[in-house]
Amino acid sequence: MSEAVSKARRWVDLANPTRFINFAGIVLPWLVGITLLVLAAGLWMSFQAPDDYQQGSTVKIMFIHVPFAWLSMMCYTVMSISAIGTLVWRHPLADVSAKAAAPIGAAFTALALITGSLWGKPMWGTWWVWDARLTSVFVLFLMYLGIIALTRAMDDPAKSSKATAILTLVGFINIPIIKFSVDWWNTLHQPASVIRMGGPTIHPSLLWPLLVMAVGFTLLFFTLHMMAMRNEIWRRRVVAMRRIAARSAERRGTQ
Amino acid sequence: MLSLFLRDTRLGLRAGGGVLIGILFFLAVIAVVPFGVGPDLKLLSRIGAAMLWIGALLATLLGLDRLFQADRDDGSLDLLIMASDRHILALTVLIKCLAHWTTSVLPLVIASPLLGLFMNMEPAAIGATTLTLLVGTPAITLIGAVGAAVAVALPRGGLLVSVIILPLTIPVLIFGVSAAYGAVEDPAPFVAPFLILIAITLFFAVIGPLAAAAALKSSAD
Amino acid sequence: MRLVAENLAGERGGEILFSGLNFTIAGGEALMITGPNGAGKSTLLRIIAGLLEKAEGSIRLDNAPAGFESLVGACHYLGHLNAMKPVLSIEENLRFWQSFNGAGQHTLREALDRVQLGDIGHLPFAYLSTGQKRRASIARLLISHRPVWLLDEPTAGLDKASEEQFAGLMRGHLTSGGIVVAATHLPLGLGDAQELVMGGNGQDHAGSREYSA
Repeated sequence: MSEAVSKARRWVDLANPTRFINFAGIVLPWLVGITLLVLAAGLWMSFQAPDDYQQGSTVKIMFIHVPFAWLSMMCYTVMSISAIGTLVWRHPLADVSAKAAAPIGAAFTALALITGSLWGKPMWGTWWVWDARLTSVFVLFLMYLGIIALTRAMDDPAKSSKATAILTLVGFINIPIIKFSVDWWNTLHQPASVIRMGGPTIHPSLLWPLLVMAVGFTLLFFTLHMMAMRNEIWRRRVVAMRRIAARSAERRGTQ
Repeated sequence: MLSLFLRDTRLGLRAGGGVLIGILFFLAVIAVVPFGVGPDLKLLSRIGAAMLWIGALLATLLGLDRLFQADRDDGSLDLLIMASDRHILALTVLIKCLAHWTTSVLPLVIASPLLGLFMNMEPAAIGATTLTLLVGTPAITLIGAVGAAVAVALPRGGLLVSVIILPLTIPVLIFGVSAAYGAVEDPAPFVAPFLILIAITLFFAVIGPLAAAAALKSSAD
Repeated sequence: MRLVAENLAGERGGEILFSGLNFTIAGGEALMITGPNGAGKSTLLRIIAGLLEKAEGSIRLDNAPAGFESLVGACHYLGHLNAMKPVLSIEENLRFWQSFNGAGQHTLREALDRVQLGDIGHLPFAYLSTGQKRRASIARLLISHRPVWLLDEPTAGLDKASEEQFAGLMRGHLTSGGIVVAATHLPLGLGDAQELVMGGNGQDHAGSREYSA
């Protein structure tokens, strides 16, 4: 919770895109380093972890599948918070944040679907079933693509930001549906085993690598997100400078 | 002519994520099928090829109305028609169709094996459906060119183009789906409907551009 | 080379806009078409460009230069619309038209310099102002060679300085033996040009007289 509060203060400080770019320039090298370290540690721990007595070594795919699935939802939550930032405070960086997060979220969702499919083939004997969890994640993937298409269809960020924010917030309904789908409907997909009332059901020898991997991929998300935001700010500056170039050429022509 | 192909391809890729919208529509059509017919995997794998074909057909029709209208809106179409001395207009139309197919329909064909997995289809069925889509969808674009040319002067011709074109594309759908089924179901033949599908595409590669060119020439005002 | 119209009539939406039109323009000469809105100026230009059917009469190019056998193939047409794609850069747009229509006396660079767009050719067309868009479209006339220029309100959106530059380009085209047919309600700064006054309301008192500035 305290992380969220300090993060909020940081956002206020970084209202100015220029300051954000300076800040990102300082933070990013460290963030990249820590991300790589944590991911390397997580991978090493994953390979050290014992095989499941039922599933054998295929259980190892869990160590990347679960973080991807968790990030697909967290990324959408970040986008929804950004959408509120766009609509309520009209924060200049909120729209940048939402726009930058969408392709990353789509990529993580696609990876979650692909790794889940690879895991499902030996376990369930099919690549894909239309059960509640899988279908709702697939719908989330479609939502991401729809938001990307909408942001790309309107080239003026001032116009697209509000429309995208409203669509993002409406789509947020899907997130609790995904989270609780395995509890509400009796499906093939196994129920939550890490975050639940009464403590995790998963064995500690598997839990620790999973947690480290989850932290590593979360750090990876924030690294990529910060890079993408910086790129988006630069892209908008290039557009602005090109418009200025066209106008100044006009003035030179008339003089 | 190559420059026209390159220009249209570049426009298709650059302008407002049109490629993405086509694929998204295709995905959405396939995703609603299990909600409609229920998540029975056996049933889905049986109707999979047909659903992929219908989804691809609808997604192909989606962007067709802009084929000539975008050029008409900015005045390029006049110049393309005027250049018919140097470049036969039917050939210009054919090149535009090819560029449109490459940017908006080819991605659908590439995405179709993935959607085949969602429909729980067998590998052979997926391969056959993708192959039939690859050779069959150009025919839809080429037939669509006629509709797009006829409706080019209408301000909101989009839906009209789809309505005009849909009946004409039924033969493509019939032979495409029967070839796809022929590859997996034993008594049904694969080669015969597949060859007919190729013949339809080649036939419309000639008829479509000629008819569209005639319609475009008379549409100028 | 002579552009000859005999007893030409044009219609739009079933209504005869003009009829019995005769004119002859030799190489190096210009024809200014003036008249109120709806008099058929654009219709006449589009008939010459082969984009509309003529109601009756004939229009032809006598003694056409080698390589331009048909009238339509010998024409450049600059309509109300610029025929440029907003998402492509100016250079991409022009390079396409050059390779599609064939090369002319001017290279792309020279043409852009002549319309004062030399240093912003890399910008997307959408970023330009109205006048800049029109000038980019005018550059299209320079990069491919056509002996006959058909211009429909060519100076719409241009400022005074650009208008004068454009008049210079037209004079250059005329001195190299070309023909200019322009529909306009502004004097285009061409000293010695025929003027064709077209009347509105379907009356056919279109006639030809010498125009002196």
